[in-house]
Amino acid sequence: MKLMLLAVWHYRHFIFTSIKNDLRTRFARSRLGATWAILQPLAQGAIYAIVFTRVLGAKLPDTNNKFAYAIYLLAGLAGWTLFSEVVTRCLTIFVDNASLLKKMVFPRICLPLIVSGSSLLNNLFLLAATIGIFIAVGDYPTWMWLWLPLLVAITLLFGLALGLILGVLNVFVRDVAQVMNIVLQLWFWLTPIVYAINILPGHFALVLRLNPMYAICSSYQQVLLWGNPPHFKTLGAIVLVSIVLLAAGMLLFRKASPDMVDVL
Amino acid sequence: MSTAVLKIEGLGKAFREYGMEWRRMLGWFGRRFEPTSETWVLRGISFQVFAGESVGIVGQNGAGKSTLLKLVTGTLRPTEGTIGVAGRIAAILELGMGFNPDLTGRENARYTAGLMGMSPEQIETIIPAVEEFAEIGEYFDQPLRTYSSGMQVRVAFSVVTAVRPEILIIDEALSVGDAYFAHKSMARIREFRKQGTTLLFVSHDPGAIRSLCDRAILLERGKVLMDGGPSEVMDYYNALVAEKENATVEVRHLASGKAQTSSGTRDAVVETIGLFNASGEPVEFVNVGEPVELRVQARLHRAIPRLVFGYMIKDRLGQPVFGTNTHHTGQALDGLEAGQLVEYRMAFPMNIGPGSYSVSTALSSTETHLIDNYEWRDLALMFNVANQNRNLFVGTAWVPPIIEVRRQG
Repeated sequence: MKLMLLAVWHYRHFIFTSIKNDLRTRFARSRLGATWAILQPLAQGAIYAIVFTRVLGAKLPDTNNKFAYAIYLLAGLAGWTLFSEVVTRCLTIFVDNASLLKKMVFPRICLPLIVSGSSLLNNLFLLAATIGIFIAVGDYPTWMWLWLPLLVAITLLFGLALGLILGVLNVFVRDVAQVMNIVLQLWFWLTPIVYAINILPGHFALVLRLNPMYAICSSYQQVLLWGNPPHFKTLGAIVLVSIVLLAAGMLLFRKASPDMVDVL
Repeated sequence: MSTAVLKIEGLGKAFREYGMEWRRMLGWFGRRFEPTSETWVLRGISFQVFAGESVGIVGQNGAGKSTLLKLVTGTLRPTEGTIGVAGRIAAILELGMGFNPDLTGRENARYTAGLMGMSPEQIETIIPAVEEFAEIGEYFDQPLRTYSSGMQVRVAFSVVTAVRPEILIIDEALSVGDAYFAHKSMARIREFRKQGTTLLFVSHDPGAIRSLCDRAILLERGKVLMDGGPSEVMDYYNALVAEKENATVEVRHLASGKAQTSSGTRDAVVETIGLFNASGEPVEFVNVGEPVELRVQARLHRAIPRLVFGYMIKDRLGQPVFGTNTHHTGQALDGLEAGQLVEYRMAFPMNIGPGSYSVSTALSSTETHLIDNYEWRDLALMFNVANQNRNLFVGTAWVPPIIEVRRQG
């Protein structure tokens, strides 16, 4: 464990350069380049906003901003996008880098860190764009927005912890990635992002509160739309769960390491 | 040559299959299950390599050469046994180094150097040297996807060898490059060796093994079959390749301490072989340029539809100097009967440089010994060439020039 951290420290410059490379090459051959990282979730938000406000006439309580629903949607999406990007990319990180792992010796734990770093940067750009839109539609910043960095950190931690475990498992059982793609879609709809939790029947809403992503996304929404503080208690529990998951993930990773290249 | 930089003891690598992957996973936490299948790619490998030694690893496909190098490098972990390594290892395993096709050569070089654990300052100092050594001009700043495989090898080799490692591991990679770069990289490897780098080298090119290595290890089905001088091991390996069906490889230790390898079905064998001078006397020492005759008598033990005789003169390192056969000279014999004796006389001037040489002979039905190998015999004859009355020269070829020297102005 200590050795792992030392190795990461020794490779810190490599991790930073790789994050930079990663951001550059992901969109290297498209004209709009990294703008796509922002455009995609924003477009998704716009589609939901049109479908749900115009077609379904969704309403939110306790606001008088006519863009309230759009703000609600984008706030939740900002959190969800970070989580799902980290999980999806960690999921295939070892499989995608098979040829590298077979040829070079380096601390493999760098790979999920690079992915987390690059997803984090992407998400910060998206968050900046989202905030720009909020201000444009009249949702002015409050002191509560200062909780955002904490929310981002918790989301990243939770995503990384889950992604590391799944990524290691996926090396040995490739179905994990396939299953997770479906699970993540389901998970998205089980998280109140495009709808408000109060439209659900009581017992259903109760179950949904066990979903960690509910606490995270609704904290984003509370902070950004209603100017309320996040749900500290639930978030604290999520941090605890994430730390346990991360420790389990590291242990799994260490135990699986010798076998990893054999099956890649 | 005193300290072992690489110490391998009882090394084994098995690839295990489990019917259900969760059984493998439970194994990490102490609950072991029997694997459904287990393939030992290497087993019971033990050897030591000393500082400055250069070892060639040879063997047929699937013998475990690449697995061995991966284990030493550390990308694969051994199933049993230990590998002790003293010093920094640099390795080129197969092609490409996991380069990113969208990054330029320069960025990939930085990336790989980072992967090798270099600090940013160190990377900045080596990059100009990498660019200079790779010699790919402005391609260095083009995305890697525009590169030929030879150019990728150039960049890979230049980065990996930018700083002299204690142990350099090369797996075939250099066979992809062009001749010019191959020479250039060989020169760098030789330079490293002089400074004490140990080389571990997998190649199918006998020439490269003979000229670069002072020791060779022959792997066969995951075991060390032979560990010795490169010529000896390569001769044995050649015979082994020719001998896939009935293993009749035979090694005789000559009085000189060298090992003579022969193989084949023995349907035709070389009975006598000798080197004679112009007056018909057998000779062992020959003057540079002296006319000689190589006489070989071959006996047939069975009726053979077609017989080709070939011979090869090799230098003391086993590098071919000259070789040909009666297929190429249009003198193959057809329809031979059992018991017949065939004599071959090859007259030629000894236009080779001073040194010790050997003759290998081959009897087969075609121009290669891989189809019907009746007999292949290495070190069938040894002789020495001495420079008795020529101007001093070096090299294995005697190419006497007419030199004109004029003072002008």
